[in-house]
Amino acid sequence: MGKQRIELHVNGCKRHVESYPMARLLDVLREQLELTGTKEGCGEGECGACAVLLDGELVNSCLVPVLQVDGRDILTIEGLQDGGHLHPLQEAFAEAGGTQCGICTPGMILASYHLLKLHPHPTEEQIREGLAGNLCRCTGYQKILDAVKQASQRAAGD
Amino acid sequence: MFQTVGQPVPRKEGREKVTGQAKYVDDLTFPGMLMGATVRSPVSRGRIRSIEFPNGLPWEQFTIVTAKDIPGQNSVALISDDQPYLADGFVNHPEEPVLLLAHPDKYLVERARQAVRLDIDPLPAVFGIEESLAKEHIIWGEDNILKAFAIEKGNVESVWAEAAHIIEGEYRTGAQEQLYIETNGMIAVASQNGITIWGSMQCPYYVHKALLKAFPLGPEKIRVIQMETGGGFGGKEDYPSMLAGHAALLAWKSGHPVKMVYDRAEDLAATTKRHPSRTRIRTAVTAEGKLLGQDIEFVLDGGAYATLSAVVLSRGAIHAAGPYLCPNVRIRASAVATNSPPHGAFRGFGAPQSIFAMERHMDQVARAIGLAPEELRRRNVLHTGETTATRQVIREKVNLEQLLDRALDLADYHAKTKLFAGQNQRSRVKRGIGFALFMHGAGFTGSGERYLQSVAGLEALADGRVRILVSSTEIGQGTNTILAQIVAETLGINYDHVEIPRPDTSEVPNSGPTVASRTCMVVGKLLESAAIGLRQSLTKAGLLDEDYSGGEFADACARYTERFGPLKSFCQYQAPPGIHWDDETYSGDAYGAFAWAVYVAEVSVDTVTCEITVDDFVALQEVGRVIHPVLAAGQIEGGVAQGIGYALFENVVWKNGRMANSQMTNYIMPTSVDVPRIRVYFEETPYEYGPLGAKGIGELPIDGPAPAILNAIENAIGVAVNEIPLVPEMLMRALERGKVPMEASVG
Repeated sequence: MGKQRIELHVNGCKRHVESYPMARLLDVLREQLELTGTKEGCGEGECGACAVLLDGELVNSCLVPVLQVDGRDILTIEGLQDGGHLHPLQEAFAEAGGTQCGICTPGMILASYHLLKLHPHPTEEQIREGLAGNLCRCTGYQKILDAVKQASQRAAGD
Repeated sequence: MFQTVGQPVPRKEGREKVTGQAKYVDDLTFPGMLMGATVRSPVSRGRIRSIEFPNGLPWEQFTIVTAKDIPGQNSVALISDDQPYLADGFVNHPEEPVLLLAHPDKYLVERARQAVRLDIDPLPAVFGIEESLAKEHIIWGEDNILKAFAIEKGNVESVWAEAAHIIEGEYRTGAQEQLYIETNGMIAVASQNGITIWGSMQCPYYVHKALLKAFPLGPEKIRVIQMETGGGFGGKEDYPSMLAGHAALLAWKSGHPVKMVYDRAEDLAATTKRHPSRTRIRTAVTAEGKLLGQDIEFVLDGGAYATLSAVVLSRGAIHAAGPYLCPNVRIRASAVATNSPPHGAFRGFGAPQSIFAMERHMDQVARAIGLAPEELRRRNVLHTGETTATRQVIREKVNLEQLLDRALDLADYHAKTKLFAGQNQRSRVKRGIGFALFMHGAGFTGSGERYLQSVAGLEALADGRVRILVSSTEIGQGTNTILAQIVAETLGINYDHVEIPRPDTSEVPNSGPTVASRTCMVVGKLLESAAIGLRQSLTKAGLLDEDYSGGEFADACARYTERFGPLKSFCQYQAPPGIHWDDETYSGDAYGAFAWAVYVAEVSVDTVTCEITVDDFVALQEVGRVIHPVLAAGQIEGGVAQGIGYALFENVVWKNGRMANSQMTNYIMPTSVDVPRIRVYFEETPYEYGPLGAKGIGELPIDGPAPAILNAIENAIGVAVNEIPLVPEMLMRALERGKVPMEASVG
């Protein structure tokens, strides 16, 4: 099959790419749209380093053929900031020690963002469940849990 | 007392990491860049007859590199330089690199990699420690022994006759994958004019040294730049030299930039892991429960080439006798060759293996002689002024009884031991609690730091900012932040005014590899001294008083640079006074300082499903001054999580020397639901020769979890298991062996 023209709405902007329909969304984001904040950790949907939001749902972009996202909304780590201001989750990850080597961080923050949409005030168990698809080898997850809690408290204004 | 040290200052590169702006090697693209791939041996050992390129692919478009294309030495420079970049005639392990390919199209290069046919005559191969020691086939050197030595203290043969008890045990640990989430990757640009490497690595100067031997270029023509590195854990200590060599060979031949980034399957199958081990311990104890003699045989499976095995063995053997006083100790250590990819550095570097054995064994000894495990330790722990197995006199102030008592209190150990013993009899889920007491030496072993002669420097800029000049790498552990804290504190300036550029061998001195829990203690100390030197330059020039403000410091820097030019200060390593090590007899001061710890694990064992859950974990340690409380706790928590994986989940399945489960779907590391809250506590006894009193911390936390968890499991089920990883199948066999009732109807 030849390349096709595909329209993606990435971080609020309309983008067009010429791509093989079965190309991985991950590669299209990184190589064609130069959004390298989305990382590859395993290429088989286990680690969550490539997680992005597709129409508000958390997906592993290494498992999504780009043809499936034609005309749909994608949020990557690059779209989380509000102008120059960090999202509360980004602030919390930086402050609470939620990022060490940083390679899982974009996916982890997007998974946390998705989690807080579902549960604005999650229990620790809900955070653990919500992030169970995102592997981190550095932190033992504890500072990540702390960061998500901190961000949820800040969003609530306390 | 301190302004910056001890404060949770923001991580230097934190903002880039949380915004996705941090640049890892795979995020870089160069014009005209080719994608490289590696054709690897499908057999464990054999003679290469031919390499064929079947029809159907445009081979003329590919850059193809074999051993014959290497302009210099075809071996990766390390300790004994025995591992080839590319197999030349023979292969010695599965996945050994034989041929390199590059092409602009990454999909085509992958098709080509799979298409190349290697015709190899298999030779007899050796797998596992027992086969190697049997010496039926000699696959390395004259006897399959990569390295062997003995540590002797007193005369262990003199004790057996008078001992009240003699207890023997055998303990095994499996391979463990570092599993950094960023796989290995490199980009090379290479020509007669020079080679530049951008990559994921722990040790830029190791890569520099390796390329120097592989290419006919002077040191000034080789430049190695560390990109943001997505975890290392030891796994990016030696292998990056191999991969950088491969990328540089393809770039050298093609005249194009070449990127090589492994996918997960290749990274898992082809790169280093923690050495599998077998430890046998025979212990003599007096009637009072005092250690009389310890005879320890410690064997590591090194894989097909020597690489780092000699030094991994060294650290493992030195830690094998534990933090106990024993008058007669013999540790016979050997690393043996097998036909699997070479095992390498992984956080702890041999110590997690030998500490697992000793801390399991101490529980066996306690049980055999009828003492509580904590009481046996209490009667035998080292005190200040006493000597280790290498006859190192402990000079640090250390109180292990107190550390033990505090950890057991924090874990509510005594009450829980009683509670569980009562509940377990009528419960399907059996609960248990156990602990490990251990130490970890910081810095290179023995004379290592003296040989390294590391240099670190500082440059004061005209606006009062200070730049740190080191090759020490940030790999997630916080190098950038803690080194800046140490410099800011020593100079009395704002943390934000200290910067640390990306390590680039054309700009920074060789501060040594980022390994061995040495960055904070050794490199940090060099920077503390360099900072004192910098300040003295300003005061001697009459530009700065003894007491000064940040503004006055900046003014002094401006005036100094205007008058005299750049202001730099360098410091080279000098051993603390009174440190002696004898390489011949393996005796003396093995490490400048030790960190000390007691870890307590609480577990639940489901006797029907064979699931094991770690319910609580207390990690108490004495690491000298804590430079950054959040980062330090992060090191411990992350290390404990890796240790839980090591103990219970992370099972490398070997098939003829090849990792059969080279995927994240079947090599299982802990997720957020698999680890409990890890309760981290520090005791801080400032170390005289560490920067502001700090010692090493990075490796310590991987040493304790596995023995603490296995001790807790024995406490729960009453059956001793002396091998890790303890996966459910093994637990099931242990329950059967111990005739633990497994009926599902109860409880």
